Amino acid sequence: MRYQVNKKGYYGNFGGAFIPEMLVPNVEELRNHYLKIISSKGFQKELGSLLRNYAGRPTPLYFAKRLSERYKAKIFLKREDLLHTGAHKINNTLGQILVAKKLGKTRIIAETGAGQHGVATATVCALMGLECIVYMGEVDIERQAPNVARMKMLGAKVIPAKSGSRTLKDATNEAIRDWINNPVDTHYIIGSVVGPHPYPDMVARFQSVISKEIKKELKSKFKKENPDYVIACVGGGSNAAGAFYHFLDNKKVKLIAVEAAGKGIHSGHSAATMVLGKPGIIHGSKTLLMQTDDGQITEPYSISAGLDYPGVGPVHAHLFKTGRAKFVSATDEEALKAAYLLAKLEGIIPALESAHALAYLEKLKAKKNEIVVVNLSGRGDKDMATYINKME
Amino acid sequence: MNPISTLFKEKKNILSIYFTAGFPNLNSTKSILDALVGSGADMIEIGIPFSDPLADGPVIQHSSEVALKNGMTIQLLFHQLDKLKVKSRKSKVPLILMGYLNPVLQFGMEHFCREARKAGISGVILPDLPMDVYLSEYKPVFEKYKLKNIFLITPQTSEKRIREIDKRSDGFIYMVSSSSTTGAQNGVNKEKEKYFNRIRRMKLKSPVMIGFGISDRTGFSKACKFANGAIIGSAFISHIEKGEPVNKFIKQII
Ligand SMILES: Cc1ncc(COP(=O)(O)O)c(C=O)c1O
Repeated sequence: MRYQVNKKGYYGNFGGAFIPEMLVPNVEELRNHYLKIISSKGFQKELGSLLRNYAGRPTPLYFAKRLSERYKAKIFLKREDLLHTGAHKINNTLGQILVAKKLGKTRIIAETGAGQHGVATATVCALMGLECIVYMGEVDIERQAPNVARMKMLGAKVIPAKSGSRTLKDATNEAIRDWINNPVDTHYIIGSVVGPHPYPDMVARFQSVISKEIKKELKSKFKKENPDYVIACVGGGSNAAGAFYHFLDNKKVKLIAVEAAGKGIHSGHSAATMVLGKPGIIHGSKTLLMQTDDGQITEPYSISAGLDYPGVGPVHAHLFKTGRAKFVSATDEEALKAAYLLAKLEGIIPALESAHALAYLEKLKAKKNEIVVVNLSGRGDKDMATYINKME
Repeated sequence: MNPISTLFKEKKNILSIYFTAGFPNLNSTKSILDALVGSGADMIEIGIPFSDPLADGPVIQHSSEVALKNGMTIQLLFHQLDKLKVKSRKSKVPLILMGYLNPVLQFGMEHFCREARKAGISGVILPDLPMDVYLSEYKPVFEKYKLKNIFLITPQTSEKRIREIDKRSDGFIYMVSSSSTTGAQNGVNKEKEKYFNRIRRMKLKSPVMIGFGISDRTGFSKACKFANGAIIGSAFISHIEKGEPVNKFIKQII
């Protein structure tokens, strides 16, 4: 079984580029050049240096002793939360801004939900001196005020998406519409492994540094480069794609993806796409998505803004259908509990998104000597209002 | 012969009007169609509303949202069209369905084509159905039900791809007038004329209709100098949203 994208841009039955003709020149330009650009020596050197000196890579693979005692397994946390701007998103934005520069683009657009990808994009635009426009749902602008302020301080223009449900899906629509209207000078930095080919593959490559480092670190410390489990949360699926990437072909590594169940999978307030979704087209990609019987895309719900996306990256739809990864879910309550627990036991406040991955430890039942890596995709600063609000 | 082919054979300066099914009211479809046919529209594009219309500007986004709230679905639209014992069924005015791929896929492509044929539809425009996927998966179904699939070109489309699209087209080519979503009201300027001329000089075998950003008589007559006709959408929708009669709009154009 093949888990990487094929030449036509598909993962099994999923992926492709279902885009209107207006976007074809831009997407083709990217498709024709991205592999050559990112595999060049100069690019690798520049990106490697930025990841190291600017973003703070490699991130630690931290052995969580007290968490391990509690769950009776060897639990490691991949500390993406320690990166500059506070989440894995910067791995992707640094990569894409360099691609944009190589393509001669001068104007950058992005979508954001919680604001983490928006901040990571605004950051790299400031670094490179490029114009930055971030689309964000009007509803999200209200509930994520600190990240809006960060983006503005970094020099980005934040434009409210006022259409539809005024959240992440609509911000993505607006960014795509912007790209249709500005086809020559603009690059669209998508924030996850979603969108038309080649985006899912390109973003996965930029995030694959996560599993590369996990492998290297385990090998040097334990002479065993493959863990028994890798656990990551899935919104669009970029941190999971990166944490799984170098383990996909080794079936002994069990991959676990945790979706947001919101108030419960069948409560009508959930973002568990694998259970609730059907095949369809969203934002230019054929994948699983939450929709009505008439094919209208529905609004998901999760306490964590970064996980409430009605679709999922096509690579995950494929990993789900082939059974290569196990897809599970955690509710708002379970995620909150896991976040408080990590804070108390390890002195780390995780992002609400990452807390969904942690929540699965309750159900994992690993053996005592098994190595479990949880990808801690981001830190919880942005979620303090929610955490304070929910504290008993 | 397919009514689209007949139309392009017999007429120049073709006026095609787009409206969203289910807007402003769920049952507006029949009265709008009747009035359009009665007042001289040559071709009509019926929009299937979608929750996430990527290629559309604010006006059509809004009409789609209202139509969905009103309860419009593909099933219901076919039902309305089936029941039409209206001028538009007897007249030769070609009807085209325009929408996004996802609702059509959920309805089922073959089911969709079969029902469309039954409802008197001559052609389909699905902007997010890529040409290669159409050719490899859906062309036989379209042909079985005698539906023409309409492709788009834009100012950015390469000459090579335009030639390919021309080769694969058998209805007409939908020439998007500028790099924009629908509803950009910037008229026909020098830059657009240059692009229109460039396409005209390519001497394509397919008829060409200019759409996006055509909103009034001036824009329409200018577009007609370069192509077989033009398509008006957002401007018409804004007009009927104000409660103005359909024929008044058509009179302003032709
Ligand atoms: C910390 C963190 N983790 C995870 C996600 C979810 O995105 P993805 O599934 O692409 O990793 C986000 C998105 O905002 C995030 O901020």
